[in-house]
Amino acid sequence: MTSAKEFDDEQGVSLWQDAWVRLQHNRLALLGMGVLIFMIVIALITPWIVPYSYEEQDLMLGAAPPSMAHWLGTDVLGRDMLTRVMYGGRVSLMVGFIATGVALLIGVVYGAVAGYVGGRVDAAMMRLVDILYALPFMIFIILLMVLFGRNMLLLFLAIGAVEWLTMARIVRGQVLSLRQQEFVEAAISIGLSPWTIIRRHIIPNTLGPVIVYTTLTIPSVMLLEAFLSFLGLGIQPPQSSWGLLISYGVETMEEYPWLLIYPGLTLSIALFALNFLGDGLRDALDPKASKD
Amino acid sequence: MLRFILSRLLQAVPVLLVVITVTFFLIHSVPGGPFSADRAVAPAVMKALNAQYKLDLPVWQQYTSYVGDLLTGDLGPSFKYPGRSVNEMIYAGLPNTVELGFYAMLVAVCIGVVAGVIAALKPNTKQDYIPMSLAMIGICMPSFLLGPLLVLVCGIWMDWLPVSGWGDIPGDKILPALTLGSAYAAYIARLSRGGMLEVMSQDYIRTARAKGLSEWVVVLKHGLRGGLIPVTAFLGPAFAGLLSGSFVVETIFQIPGLGRFYVQAAFNRDYTMIMGTTIFFSTAIIFFNLFSDVLATWLDPKLRQQFQGGK
Repeated sequence: MTSAKEFDDEQGVSLWQDAWVRLQHNRLALLGMGVLIFMIVIALITPWIVPYSYEEQDLMLGAAPPSMAHWLGTDVLGRDMLTRVMYGGRVSLMVGFIATGVALLIGVVYGAVAGYVGGRVDAAMMRLVDILYALPFMIFIILLMVLFGRNMLLLFLAIGAVEWLTMARIVRGQVLSLRQQEFVEAAISIGLSPWTIIRRHIIPNTLGPVIVYTTLTIPSVMLLEAFLSFLGLGIQPPQSSWGLLISYGVETMEEYPWLLIYPGLTLSIALFALNFLGDGLRDALDPKASKD
Repeated sequence: MLRFILSRLLQAVPVLLVVITVTFFLIHSVPGGPFSADRAVAPAVMKALNAQYKLDLPVWQQYTSYVGDLLTGDLGPSFKYPGRSVNEMIYAGLPNTVELGFYAMLVAVCIGVVAGVIAALKPNTKQDYIPMSLAMIGICMPSFLLGPLLVLVCGIWMDWLPVSGWGDIPGDKILPALTLGSAYAAYIARLSRGGMLEVMSQDYIRTARAKGLSEWVVVLKHGLRGGLIPVTAFLGPAFAGLLSGSFVVETIFQIPGLGRFYVQAAFNRDYTMIMGTTIFFSTAIIFFNLFSDVLATWLDPKLRQQFQGGK
């Protein structure tokens, strides 16, 4: 019993080590990871390192191009753009991570239950997913934001509620094949409850594809938030996000192009980093799935 | 095949019903009628307005009457623009949106397939990396950023192209189409590269080469057919994406299309217009998805056989 357990542990570790080695060979993915960690760290410590306060105006200065005092220039009210981009990043990243977290939680539990219980329950649960899949969610999110005001919690829920569907499908597919395997039979035979089996044996084994898909969901969620903020339906001032900064930048881009370019560049770099990391993780963790 | 199409059509009915019902009750669950935000209106006028738009009936009666009208194709009057019906507004906006979507799709497919195929022919060389890096930029550059940047560079700094309008000045359709199409060009490039890579290593390609066919014929005739299956599967979601992309692009470039109408209706709280466009968009998306599924099935002999085999 002990030796079998040790053997299992070793196998598990070597899979992750193997993946890590493969990831290390992918320079773009490492770069993406580095950029992402850098951005997250900056976002976490923003309140302590910003050069100016968020609402500090310098109306005499007005919109000034980048200079030594204001690295990314200032906006029309003389507010420091670097500060605003940093604070915007906090919101954008937070929306990305929390909404993806919501999607992850719903998707994994739903998919695991459907796949594990199987039969009619599975068919019914997946049919529901099919129906939801066919709904034009972008339109519904816009509708929700218009009807129920633009609060952040609703934004998280609405975006999370859209993104869990694919997660549920992926997990269900994995679980269906895991169910057939001996270690699950063994777990059933020693009398573990279904919930324990799902939690202890099934979900840990689906982690690879789930991690990959999560990494790829974060950028699409951030894009969605930016899109809604751009339309004026997402984050509301005085809070700020990259999407909102871009939409302000567009209004004055002829006179003050840096107000558009820097937030835009930052958002693009973040999306780049996440996409490269996600692609790299897919190649590393799930060699079969890496077709493109 | 016919059975497959029919069964998918039948599946679309409950989905549409869900869309209609959810939208209807979402809108009616919001406190305050559409006129309550306006200036103070005399109670009698208010009552007449409510009666005219059937807002004085119980919600379920409003629902049945709405669905009844819907079955005859009537989406009701606009709340915001008296005297105009939602149908009229959709007819007015649709041609522009369709035209924009068509050009954008043209951009996406032409650039995407060419770039993807070129990249797949010599994988892991410069010929692969350069188009694929460009594709990554296309994916990471959202349309609401790319559009203004294109306007700034091509329209304002270089003064090559007009920056807004639709059909007023020659060339004013180029930037919107590029903006909307580029992200899809990027996805299509990645998909067609992946598909082509897989197909080009198959035995039948080796056979075609062994027969002495020229590389052009091998790629264009034997390779593309299999290699583009992932692309056709993507076309349905892509059309859906084009519709929501049109919200932003039509707003940026001031194109009087459905997307812009929808965003305006959302801001104006023009409830019947929101419902009408939501239902219209949903129907379109569901049918695009159906269409691309059918196309993918028809192109892929393996899937085709499955359905002819009576499944």
